[in-house]
Amino acid sequence: MFTIVQEPIRVEELIQKVESPNAGAITTFIGTVREWTKGKRTVYLEYDAYIPMAEKMLQKIGIEIQEKWPDTVIAISHRIGHLNISDIAVCIAVSSPHRKAAYEANEYAIERIKQMVPIWKKEHWENGEMWIGDQLEKTPYPTEKPPLDGDRND
Amino acid sequence: MIKIYLFAQLQEDIGQKELQVEFSNGTIKELKQFLKNAYPQSSFDGIMVAINEEYAFDTDIVRAGDTIAFIPPVSGG
Repeated sequence: MFTIVQEPIRVEELIQKVESPNAGAITTFIGTVREWTKGKRTVYLEYDAYIPMAEKMLQKIGIEIQEKWPDTVIAISHRIGHLNISDIAVCIAVSSPHRKAAYEANEYAIERIKQMVPIWKKEHWENGEMWIGDQLEKTPYPTEKPPLDGDRND
Repeated sequence: MIKIYLFAQLQEDIGQKELQVEFSNGTIKELKQFLKNAYPQSSFDGIMVAINEEYAFDTDIVRAGDTIAFIPPVSGG
């Protein structure tokens, strides 16, 4: 249910993972590679991860969501390696008996990923490259709530 | 002997993905100092550390055989 993958993410597969007779709603979040950020043109992105820990942290997010929204089922895949513009970097699928929980849990998941899952993005622009690190607060897990940073790279 | 994984900019600065170092029964803080001495060009400040795939505090103890990872600010998603 919680995987770091090297190959293209198939959204349909994640939807299938969370399908359930109890579900009345499935939300999917698809994070894609954007070409323009603050006036700079991205040529491609490179993602790396500390795979075993990243998968463990995704599972932890799943547990947090189960506690907060008990009837949800969640699946997350994050891709690493070389990604071109419009490629899918992350997909989060949440099913729930009612839509509100599916929306809320889904948003919670991406915020937590950006906060504490050991995955890194390297920007490759036309004239340079840089590993992006965008956390202002570096507090070791666990924290009570994700901080709402003003300077997020999303 | 401990294994240390490096990622992102830190991995590029040091030029290695993985280090094996003779270090045990010291705190994360002491390990950072140890590495600062070994790699004076690199900064280990403001970087989170995991011991055996769990986030750790500067006061946590590193033991022989542990797997340590230096985790620069993350940027997944």
